[in-house]
Amino acid sequence: MSKTLLDIKNLHAEIEEEGKAILKGLNLTVKAGEVHAIMGPNGAGKSTLASVVSGKDGYEVTDGTVEMDGADILELDPDERAKEGLFLAFQYPVEIPGVSNINFLRTALNEIKEYRQEEPISAKDFMAMVREKSALVDLDAKLASRSVNEGFSGGEKKRNEIFQMAMLEPKVAILDETDSGLDIDALRIVAAGVNKLKNENNAVILITHYQRLLDYIVPDFVHVLADGQIVKTGDKSLALELEEKGYDWLN
Amino acid sequence: MSDKLNNFIKNLDVSAAKFQQMAAERLGNLDFPTTKDEYWKYTRLGKLTKLELSKSADPDRLNLTKHIISNDYLVVVNGFIREDLSQYSKLDFEIDFLGSDRMSEEAYFDKGLNKKDVFSSMNSAFFEKVISIKIGASKINEGPLQIIYVSKGDHIISNTRLYIESGKSSQSEIIQTFIEKESTNSFTNHVTEVYVSENAHLRINKAQLEDDTNSLITTEQIHQEKNSVFKINTVTLSGALVRNNINIAVAGQNCETHMNGAIVTKNNETIDNHTFVDHRVSNCVSHENYKYVLGGKSTGVFNGRVVVQKDAQVINAYQKNDNILLSDFAKINSKPELEIYADDVKCSHGSTTGQLDEDAIFYLQTRGIAEDNAKKLLVRAFVGEVIESFENEHFEKYINTQLELIHGWKN
Repeated sequence: MSKTLLDIKNLHAEIEEEGKAILKGLNLTVKAGEVHAIMGPNGAGKSTLASVVSGKDGYEVTDGTVEMDGADILELDPDERAKEGLFLAFQYPVEIPGVSNINFLRTALNEIKEYRQEEPISAKDFMAMVREKSALVDLDAKLASRSVNEGFSGGEKKRNEIFQMAMLEPKVAILDETDSGLDIDALRIVAAGVNKLKNENNAVILITHYQRLLDYIVPDFVHVLADGQIVKTGDKSLALELEEKGYDWLN
Repeated sequence: MSDKLNNFIKNLDVSAAKFQQMAAERLGNLDFPTTKDEYWKYTRLGKLTKLELSKSADPDRLNLTKHIISNDYLVVVNGFIREDLSQYSKLDFEIDFLGSDRMSEEAYFDKGLNKKDVFSSMNSAFFEKVISIKIGASKINEGPLQIIYVSKGDHIISNTRLYIESGKSSQSEIIQTFIEKESTNSFTNHVTEVYVSENAHLRINKAQLEDDTNSLITTEQIHQEKNSVFKINTVTLSGALVRNNINIAVAGQNCETHMNGAIVTKNNETIDNHTFVDHRVSNCVSHENYKYVLGGKSTGVFNGRVVVQKDAQVINAYQKNDNILLSDFAKINSKPELEIYADDVKCSHGSTTGQLDEDAIFYLQTRGIAEDNAKKLLVRAFVGEVIESFENEHFEKYINTQLELIHGWKN
């Protein structure tokens, strides 16, 4: 039986300032080698789930646990969660003028390696890795060396997220609406990249509005998130049903 | 003379030279500025004027290896030129160490300085020797000349004076580093005068790394002739009170003038940059970019004055001052001052002040970079634009090393 990589139990979370509960007892178990899709109407808590799991400020966990690979991560800073093997592909990747894409990735990679008590990567090996991984998502080498996401098109930003995922080789990757706004060519490239990266030792969680993505990245499980809870779980056929009928029939 | 000023200079003797005697006499009618003076509105001099200072030549050998970034360098310790610690070839720069008698024969020496300014007048009265640097006509110097100003010991006052004449169609770079060796509660009062001849290119890169109890005031008086290009970059990473007064008279057409500044603080520093570009004639460009990153309880002051005289048409003058406050107690006073008397000019200025982008910090954290390092990356990127303008990789490397030593930044 494969190993449990992410285990969310009875997760309750609210927005700190408003005290408004968003997640209301969410359960999700993700094992190595699996692809999970989380779908649901706007405001159901999909992005909040991604934010809470990755450790963003502004949310308070009022109950429940999140364990990665058997260890509680709720007390960890976002960078420590990343060092434990979590990755978040942003719905809206942040533009960071003046910070070069590859320089920051090298800093990140070496910080992660230091945390894991591994040797830092040499400049030569790093550049070879950049070439190999950027080819995976057809990302122009020039974009790899530009400032993070600055002046990138929507598609380029999303490809850059997957490129970073490829560089950091996470155990659990959460892709928050990575498909939104992509044209079909960009979607195919992004999906092909994710498919090449997934293997029996890692897991992918796709947060999406659209069934279309799931034609390209086939999920093992489809979950419906509504009002802060997973209300239904099925296989990929559930996504087709949702696409056809919407979410109202679930209530 | 006020008691305060009198007390401040009481341990200093004036030489017998007529020039310095006259300067001392002038000083007798002046006083320290207060916050009631327009150009000292945001900077209190208390940190400085309460110090009891005296002059002291320090004979020690010093290990300056880490600060030497050029093949040619001059070392000045506590205001005294130390030829024994210096190394330079006379082939590239004509270097002389001259008293005021000899300097007074120079056509441009002391001419541009504001005689009502207390600090440059004090400098004129008390400097030891002037470092005079001449760059011959059409001389192209590949390597820069570095001048290392060292404060050594406690309660020391240094009046240092530099005179630069860059000849017609010449091209050179001068680096100035202000550093300290086991020094506290000291004051360096520096004056640089520059004459940029027709078609000459001159770049000055300045690094100011004084002790956090030491103060530094510099007055830079620059005169540009036609078709010349002058650039001055100022980097301040520490110091109790640091004030730079850059005054540039653009007297010939078709000139380019560039001023950049990077200021990084963490404690109680007061860092004040007052710049003044006087566009006296037509068809010139001036470009200014100052960036402050202020931490702790530090204060930053930026005052950028640009004057476009009545008949100076087709002037492009750009000015930008961007600031990041890293703490709730840090403060910035930013003031552009454009005075435009001509009608066909393009002048713009902008000033922004903010904090680091929280979303960007989180983004970097999710990639495995710790919060502190993420902030440093962002701050480094913020001042990066200024660092790129140094056009000297050794100086850039030096600044990066100092950022790591003083502020704990990693590259």
